Amino acid sequence: MRALRAAPGLTLALMLGPVAAGLIGTLAPALGVFPALGGTRLSLAPFAALAAWPGLGRAVFLSLFTGVAATLISLGIVTLFAAGWQGTRAMAGIERALAPLLAVPHAAAAFGLAFLIAPSGWIARALSPWATGWTRPADLLIVQDPWGLAMVAGLVIKEVPFVLLMLLAALPQARPGPRLRIARALGYGRVTGWLKAVFPAVYAQIRLPVYAVLAYSMSVVDVAIILGPNTPPPLAVQVVRWMSDPDLSLRFQAAAGAVVQLALVAIALAGWRLGEIAIGTLGRRWAEGGARRHGEGAARGAGLALAGLAAGAVVAGLAGLGLWSVAGLWGFPEALPDTVSLKSWARHGPALIAPARETLLIAGAATALALALVLACLEAEHRFGLTPGARSLWLLYLPLVVPQVAFLPGVQTLALMGGADMGRGAVILGHLVFVLPYVFLTLAAPWRAWDARHATVAAALGAGPGRVFWAVRMPMLLAPALGAMAVGLAVSVGQYLPTLLIGAGRVQTLTTEAVALASGGDRRLIGLTALAQTGASVVGFALALAVPRIVWRRRRGLCGA
Amino acid sequence: MRAIPRLIATLALCSATPAVANPDPADWPAVLDEARGQTVYWNAWGGASATNDFIRWAGDVVKDRYGVNVVHVKLADTGDAVSRVLAEKTAGKDTGGAIDLIWINGANFAAMKKNGLLFGPWAEDLPNWTYVDVEGKPAVTADFTVPTEGLEAPWAMAQVVFYYDTARLPEPPPSMSALLDWAARDPGRFTFPQPPDFLGATFMKQALYGMIADPTVLQSPVDEVDYDAVTAPLWAFMDALTPHLWRQGRAYPQTGPRQLQLMADGEIDLAISFSPGEASAAIANGQLPDTVRSYVMEGGTIGNASFVAIPYNATAKAGAMVLADFLLSPEAQARAQDPVVLGYGTVLALDSLPPEDRARFDALELGIATLSPEALGPTLPEPHPSWMTRIEADWSARYGVAD
Repeated sequence: MRALRAAPGLTLALMLGPVAAGLIGTLAPALGVFPALGGTRLSLAPFAALAAWPGLGRAVFLSLFTGVAATLISLGIVTLFAAGWQGTRAMAGIERALAPLLAVPHAAAAFGLAFLIAPSGWIARALSPWATGWTRPADLLIVQDPWGLAMVAGLVIKEVPFVLLMLLAALPQARPGPRLRIARALGYGRVTGWLKAVFPAVYAQIRLPVYAVLAYSMSVVDVAIILGPNTPPPLAVQVVRWMSDPDLSLRFQAAAGAVVQLALVAIALAGWRLGEIAIGTLGRRWAEGGARRHGEGAARGAGLALAGLAAGAVVAGLAGLGLWSVAGLWGFPEALPDTVSLKSWARHGPALIAPARETLLIAGAATALALALVLACLEAEHRFGLTPGARSLWLLYLPLVVPQVAFLPGVQTLALMGGADMGRGAVILGHLVFVLPYVFLTLAAPWRAWDARHATVAAALGAGPGRVFWAVRMPMLLAPALGAMAVGLAVSVGQYLPTLLIGAGRVQTLTTEAVALASGGDRRLIGLTALAQTGASVVGFALALAVPRIVWRRRRGLCGA
Repeated sequence: MRAIPRLIATLALCSATPAVANPDPADWPAVLDEARGQTVYWNAWGGASATNDFIRWAGDVVKDRYGVNVVHVKLADTGDAVSRVLAEKTAGKDTGGAIDLIWINGANFAAMKKNGLLFGPWAEDLPNWTYVDVEGKPAVTADFTVPTEGLEAPWAMAQVVFYYDTARLPEPPPSMSALLDWAARDPGRFTFPQPPDFLGATFMKQALYGMIADPTVLQSPVDEVDYDAVTAPLWAFMDALTPHLWRQGRAYPQTGPRQLQLMADGEIDLAISFSPGEASAAIANGQLPDTVRSYVMEGGTIGNASFVAIPYNATAKAGAMVLADFLLSPEAQARAQDPVVLGYGTVLALDSLPPEDRARFDALELGIATLSPEALGPTLPEPHPSWMTRIEADWSARYGVAD
């Protein structure tokens, strides 16, 4: 019992230690202090240097615009789709496709999308030269456009499945069936009824994951490098560039940029919160207005089309990359490669086996630890009536909102000073910092929304708190728990900088291999490693969707959706 | 930055703890003894499968022959390795560092040397150093004009070439001014990797060479010359060229290999490369059509060397030296020069080699798109690293934040 009571404190310490070290490691150089580089006095010179960078305004704008746009569009698509199609066969179909969609790494999805929409890409190839008249790719700025629209698209196709998964995990607790039935009985259309009666309850539960999407989209680096503008790039990309510049004095400016990035995320989250309040007020008026139908058919069609388009883009992009991994020469405007062979797989495949094993080991350990801690925290909260303040939630958020590149060098120094020796164990702990918030965010809402009267009934029947947990609560919340685990696995599989920095390059995972190989830009290699990475995280999602259905095949209400 | 020498002195004092004696390459048998059983973590850019395969091969041979395990730590950016050593120094980890060998040159070497992050001197005591062409290839001891002083060992020569697809561009422009004319006539078919990628900066340095009366100014640091006057013609040239670049200069490929992919996709017709054998290797791999050829512009092109260096706190210094020495061996050098493998130029003086080793080089076929050493023409020395830094910064201010 005492151990359980200590769980929230322990978890916060595990999260906050590295974050605090990371923040100090970012703030100190931003204020001119970096002894190894000769900075020993406080100064605002790094911020002055940052302000003097001519691209700052544009970089800040891009960061805000792409992040907010990607989040709004993703949430909009998911809401529209769920409103129109919840409980239908189309929804079940998309649900089945969720696992592979979620498992595709962001960078791979971005490369796939780039290959689809570029002027020399698959779509142009399929239409050339018979429809377009192009025998050579047109000189059109589609990918890396100055507004970052391609980048927004790349983020949306990956965030739609994530938000949808969150929504599906939260949905049962919002009891959509009865709500919708009542709304329909009162004559509301399916979409209007869902938006008015179900959405407010669901959104309250997926709010934190949506914030995570916003923070992530604003500070993403890999997708931005592939699809985003580069003259100038969004702020996070520029910070990374300064961080790896041979001119070590730019580290000061980079740290200042990271602090600005952090502030941007905070501002955007505050703005989003204000938006929620405004929409809540307007929405209440709209709901009370009593209008029964708003273009139901069009809304349903748009929801399905947009969700299908997002899913289709990921699948087609991955298919394109898969084809590249077996392609011989494949010039424009051929829609298919001249020759197909397994040469690339034979050449590079065997070298991926060891990293694949390492990846699964680290992801499994980090996720298991995270799940144990999160369950302990939530159970402690329930048993001891600890109500987590908004503050502790924000603390949990820090690893997700601080740009990784700024916060991780500090973590690395801490690990070195603490004597943690660059091994797998240190990397697992490093991954835990990023995996845990996602597991917590994914699991907390459905866990807390569980009807505690079940516990009261069980207790009345003589069950102790342990038995209530194992025999009642865990089984009822198996689906969200496994969903959270799958998300945790995918997050761990995708970690690049923590693995590189804490593992000193000596711990090699599929992602460190993939990023290094992708830096070369050879589509065959990118395709090959993208498929391997996807394979590694698809395992978790497949289990998360399949296990509840198998275990609870006779109890429909526990299957997750 | 003035505080750095003082800081290094302080750190040197702090690290005067009873360290393990460092291996001495002059006593080579002792180095071989110590190296046996060590694991060398070689941090090298991992973006090209050809180099990755070569590194794997070298590791296998060194393991068989000397019992040294080699792990290739594939980097997306050499700066990551520099950051790592810097972080170790910050944390006071002066022995048992995570990196044993780094593939490095230019500005990264200059920064590590200046900040005291390298071990040595050791390179000039390696057994195979005797074959290195120190006189004929000054770049092997002056890395972007910075004296190597035995802190890094050369292992490959590189020279700027351009490659083009004869199917789309039968007559490539023979000079920078011809390139500008061609780009104006047929816009959108040329680009370069975006600075700070080294290839983009190299393109501008190459252009600068053809525009100044006295190229020796480039050997001095930029703050010792009239930088604005020297580079004025370069910026006039870039102002004229940029609107005619691929995507009107509003987007750039981020790396050399992504530029190669643009060539393969038919988006561009002409590209710069720092490896005379790159086009041939790409044709052999099915990445480029066999109509691609390479050529050099009039007046010579910039050449430099690739090196390996050992960080000051490396764990397996002896093993790293054994690997570096193997990379200098005629066997490894001939393999690296084979266009089917890498197509890198050798750093050795071929006339100093024993006949059987010489024969390894004579047996090589150049590859369909590789120029012979004669056709490559004269090499121009790399400017001082400060030129690269300054030109990159200026380019970014002028064109890198244009939108």
